[in-house]
Amino acid sequence: MIPADLRQSLKEHIDQVEHPRELAVDVIFAIQDFYGNLTDEGVREAAELLDMSPLEIDQLATFYTFIYRESVGKYVIHVCDSVVCWVNGYESVWEYLCRKLGIQAGETTSDGLFTLLKVCCIGYCDRSPAMLINRKAYGNLTAEKIDEILENLKEEALQNAEAGMRKSE
Amino acid sequence: MSSNYPQVLLQNRKPDRIATLDEYRQSGGYRALKDVLKDYSHKDVQQAVMDSNLLGRGGAAFPTGMKLMSVADDAAFPRYIICNADEMEPGTFKDRVLIHADPHMLIEGIIIAGYASLAEKGIIFIRPEYENAARILEREIQIARDEGYLGKNILGSDYSLEIIVHRSAGRYICGEVTALMNALMGKRPNPMKPPPYPTEKGLWDKPTVLSNVETFACIPHIIRNGGQWFKDLAKTKNGAGTKIFGISGKVNKPGCYELPLGVRLGEIIEDYAGGMSSGSVFKACLPGGASTGFLPRQYYDIEMDFDSLRNVGNRLGTGAIMVFDQKTCLVGATVNLIEFFARESCGWCTPCREGLPYILDLLKRIESGDGEPAHLPMLEQMGKFLWNAYCAFAPGAVAPLESLLEHFGDEIQEHINQKKCPFK
Repeated sequence: MIPADLRQSLKEHIDQVEHPRELAVDVIFAIQDFYGNLTDEGVREAAELLDMSPLEIDQLATFYTFIYRESVGKYVIHVCDSVVCWVNGYESVWEYLCRKLGIQAGETTSDGLFTLLKVCCIGYCDRSPAMLINRKAYGNLTAEKIDEILENLKEEALQNAEAGMRKSE
Repeated sequence: MSSNYPQVLLQNRKPDRIATLDEYRQSGGYRALKDVLKDYSHKDVQQAVMDSNLLGRGGAAFPTGMKLMSVADDAAFPRYIICNADEMEPGTFKDRVLIHADPHMLIEGIIIAGYASLAEKGIIFIRPEYENAARILEREIQIARDEGYLGKNILGSDYSLEIIVHRSAGRYICGEVTALMNALMGKRPNPMKPPPYPTEKGLWDKPTVLSNVETFACIPHIIRNGGQWFKDLAKTKNGAGTKIFGISGKVNKPGCYELPLGVRLGEIIEDYAGGMSSGSVFKACLPGGASTGFLPRQYYDIEMDFDSLRNVGNRLGTGAIMVFDQKTCLVGATVNLIEFFARESCGWCTPCREGLPYILDLLKRIESGDGEPAHLPMLEQMGKFLWNAYCAFAPGAVAPLESLLEHFGDEIQEHINQKKCPFK
């Protein structure tokens, strides 16, 4: 269940707008951020908050690229596979990531950190080949650059976990 | 660079940050809004935009003045003004650059266009990949509101407008106007077939004007300098304005360059994009995004404007030029493009949902060496069927295929003859 304060803040936001369902994507994103992905429970909670049916929420959830109905890692890597990145060697970027992480498209690393997906053009064709990790864009990718990005994220995840532990002590 | 063309939309662009409100004002920003609210009726604004011959920069090239005028005098309220910042056409990144360069230019453009249609509510619809741009816009909208440019009684006038930023969850079809409105209403974003047209019954069944980021950004300049000035910016007789060309692919300096409409393709590549990459020779380009056709070498010196591309059976689209060299297999490129369209098809209507995977299958066979001469007429026929689809998505999707068949038939034939991709 989403925490009471999140429910309250979403409810207040919804009460301010004329048509609750105009906030459907915002509410879904907020619930997804809490669970890590949009769970069945999250679908029901979004539906209840927005006065929509769970089916209507699922119609949206299954349509959009950045709503995840299955569990994903802490960092979701979307590698652009559209035509400019294709010309500039996206395939080697993709193969390198698969090898490095030991996973295929749609899979998550066993430590729960990374999920690998392909995505259509992310609008960084001037820095191609490019990818997006949790909505942050990385361009002009090379093997070295990918190593560095992944190391930094692992470090960040470790620090967050330690900070979380200190908080709970 | 061979000549210095006037910089209008990107005049305040900096390498590492946005132009602040003060910097935008120093360059004349928000002066047009002041003048409009003081001296112009909303119809005067419509006429001024009409006189400038501004055509929509999102790909469809619809006359913006005509769109504003199509909101009837007795149309209902509230009316909406929507800025399409979805920019999901592959190869296109100009709106991202524009928002990161000068967000207030866009905000002022939306307010003036909002006034022209007497809209009370403004929405910027933005793709999730542009989260940075969304945050910039939210922050700068608040700054504009604090300065009295937005909100109730703008600059002491009777006109009021609020603008919000709506984040999409990512899908190409959301860039289509009716699909975008469905998305805003929390519905599955399938397109709807007009009539009614959005300017009559759009968002929540209310009159709605929707335009692209770059289109809105042109409007303050048109008001300040006049329609004739805007027309004179273009190199071609019938063209009007500058265009932000986003060039990528096999060139040395991919990026966004603001140039007059009608500038020659070869000039963009050689003088601005730093020429072809080392070892690369120009073979073809897509002149305006993935839903335009391959433009072969014989058009290397074409004037990049709406009319000139239409005259050769192509389209300027978004002005996103993707350059391919002699080593690139255009059958392979088309496989990639059709794969994109097949994946992004909303699935609502049969020609698009079923036709694109069919075309993809045939192209993949040809690319992998299993092609047969009989596949060519099959591709042609299926391409024609896609014109029967519900919205403009499918006709756009077949543009690369049709141009491949028209200009690069030999390359397809080589795949079939050699029973493999000749580029591998």
